[in-house]
Amino acid sequence: MTTPLPNPSDTLPWTAGSRGTPSTCRQGYRVSERPHIRIEMQSNPLYLAGAREMISGVCRRLGFTEMCTSQIALAVDEALCNVMRHGYEKQTDRPIWVTLWPGPQGARPEIKIVIEDEAKQIEPDEIKGRDLEDVRPGGLGVHIIREVMDVAEYEKRQGSGMKLTMVKKQPDHDKPGGECSCS
Amino acid sequence: MAGQPLQVNFEDRGTMIVVTPMGEISYSEATSFRAVLKRAADLARPRIIIDLSRVDYMNSPGVATLVEALQNARRNRVRLILAGISPRVLAIFQIARLHTVFEIRDTLEAATGD
Repeated sequence: MTTPLPNPSDTLPWTAGSRGTPSTCRQGYRVSERPHIRIEMQSNPLYLAGAREMISGVCRRLGFTEMCTSQIALAVDEALCNVMRHGYEKQTDRPIWVTLWPGPQGARPEIKIVIEDEAKQIEPDEIKGRDLEDVRPGGLGVHIIREVMDVAEYEKRQGSGMKLTMVKKQPDHDKPGGECSCS
Repeated sequence: MAGQPLQVNFEDRGTMIVVTPMGEISYSEATSFRAVLKRAADLARPRIIIDLSRVDYMNSPGVATLVEALQNARRNRVRLILAGISPRVLAIFQIARLHTVFEIRDTLEAATGD
């Protein structure tokens, strides 16, 4: 049994504003409040490539450089992998929701991405990337997400599951096709 | 192009093993790729070269298999070299600060010729 996705305007960390008008999140990023894309997918790794391609296609259209586009897609991929592996413990038929908001037109490319699930809840403070000095397999996903995105905030959803809010703005010194400063 | 299933060429050159994965190394492919790398380690050649020039995408599960292979190689005093990494894949190693941990060569020829 899946819980319907809550109305994003009720739950996202943005200041109040009318639907479709720009608003500001806690970190000061302005985006349109109404989601432009919202998909539900099953927690099956088979669909990771499709999710990445969707994110990449949207980011390119928004004007992100190719390197930034690939890094945003990587962050989403890592987040989805974490939900599948750790949240749902490799169950392949559980729901994941991916919701996108573009930034305001005419400004530098910007995107907000929210990933929600119904997996077991954990304290957001416990979600940490591993110490990079400790060279060992595993534990890199959260570090990559936080390194690549401007904002990456975990919180518990109301009722069940976790929510990850990520925001990325194209660095202004990037040139089209050039290297993204995310890394 | 994302979403290409992983294929792996495996070549035993006597003094070295050359492993050439083709496609992407993500969550789904990491297990089978790990098995190939274990097979390479089991042959106990002095050098293992992983030619990544035909890998168009890798995420942290893929990187983790390489870290594991590196640790095994060091334990067995085998030299493990990554070759031909694309900028896109190299960026993941840089984010994870692993680009200085691995021995990396621009091309397969450079890796085999050392």
